[in-house]
Amino acid sequence: MATEALKHTALKEEHVKLGAKMVPFGGWLMPVQYSGIVEEHHAVRKALGIFDISHMGQFVVAGEDALAWLNYVLASNVAKLSVGGGQYSFLLNERGGVIDDLLIYRVAATEFLLVVNASKIQEDLAWLEKHRQSESVTLRNRSAEFGGVAIQGPCTIEFFRAWIGQGKQPPARNQIADFSWDDATISIARTGYTGEDGFEAFFPLTAATRVWQSALAAGAPFGIKPCGLGARDTLRLEMCYPLNGSDLSAERNPIEAGLGFFIDLDKPDFIGREQLRETKATGPRERLVAFKMDGKAPPPRPHYALWQNGERVGEIASGTLSPSLNIGIGMAYVSAASAKIGTPLEVEIRGQKFPATIAKKPLYQKS
Amino acid sequence: MNVPDDLLYTATHEWIRREGDQVRIGITDHAQAELTDVVFVETPKVGREVKAKEAVAVVESVKAASDIYAPVAGTVTETNEALANSPALVNTDPFGEGWLFAVKVANEDDLKNLQDAAAYRSATG
Repeated sequence: MATEALKHTALKEEHVKLGAKMVPFGGWLMPVQYSGIVEEHHAVRKALGIFDISHMGQFVVAGEDALAWLNYVLASNVAKLSVGGGQYSFLLNERGGVIDDLLIYRVAATEFLLVVNASKIQEDLAWLEKHRQSESVTLRNRSAEFGGVAIQGPCTIEFFRAWIGQGKQPPARNQIADFSWDDATISIARTGYTGEDGFEAFFPLTAATRVWQSALAAGAPFGIKPCGLGARDTLRLEMCYPLNGSDLSAERNPIEAGLGFFIDLDKPDFIGREQLRETKATGPRERLVAFKMDGKAPPPRPHYALWQNGERVGEIASGTLSPSLNIGIGMAYVSAASAKIGTPLEVEIRGQKFPATIAKKPLYQKS
Repeated sequence: MNVPDDLLYTATHEWIRREGDQVRIGITDHAQAELTDVVFVETPKVGREVKAKEAVAVVESVKAASDIYAPVAGTVTETNEALANSPALVNTDPFGEGWLFAVKVANEDDLKNLQDAAAYRSATG
């Protein structure tokens, strides 16, 4: 795809100023790294990092029937959210396959914010429109008017006070709240994709540059670093958080992906429920497992072939060198019968097989 | 960008140092800066016959695996064993400790196809 055809976020100039390497990602030109993936990764694990997540989709669903409708199109139980609460959820097809994974926040009694994957905005919208049942639900795609940043790391709380105000109370885990900042309103959620404490902040695009610059300034005493998609991927993979398109797809359901915890099979009917109930009853044929390379080996990467007992059993869904563990890690679908922790695997890299072992999720645990 | 004057270069960002009848090969400062964070290096076996422009080594960063090409035909005489434990030498000292392998040159004419420092500098801008 030609670079000209790619969309870019309101923060592109900031990324270029900071020396980012820009790469195509899901139709967007995004920073993959600034100073280096490993350095950025460690900044998030040990101090603080800021990511541009403005490419992600933001939908607002509102109206009297919003809750009931969302509970039909999403696999989690949205009714369990009180105002200000957020949860991880899925948009499933009738076969239970994953169209998209997302975060949903109840921002008011009858108003919800959905944050979806950048590359799935149009597909999600089309699916939601197709399954709209009530005139009293509005669905608004505000992706082109709103941006977002994720600020993640153990210094999150100190940063929040330095940035938003010493007297201000940060939202609790998975909660979202609005804060006045300059002349804008910023919604700040205590969520993230790194395994560290952190925030995801959403704001009108008119405030984007000021938000980015002021967050970098307020975070400077904590050693904040701008972080790109490269570190975002290594951080989320150490935690075994799935990436749609790699670990999730329309052919895989959340139970196979080991994410059954986030769905509610007992709530009233929702799209995909029957198939999920069947998978739950019979057990999935394959499971998404995490693995570590046993010793020195090239980093495992997506689509490398996987072998078990001399048989080719599939391919790697996600793989990388873990900067925290300094060893190759990844996730892959393997037959449920050989998905137990401790089971040996082999990864084929350039014609040579390297030993690996199925390991407990998450692969990284804070010491 | 550091481009030592006493080396030869390829368009694929390898550097070549003449040492009698063999050449020592690595990747340029420009290449290591583009790759960043080298985490694994695979070098060819000593004794292997290589062709000019053949992919014979792999340098891996967190994000990608990059092929390294033999600049000339010949026989591999040495590989940098220190890279097995310290692949980041490619980043910290690309023209020195971070060298990759050495080749006994089969055909002197292959060297004529390489760029000098000035040509490489202007090509990478």
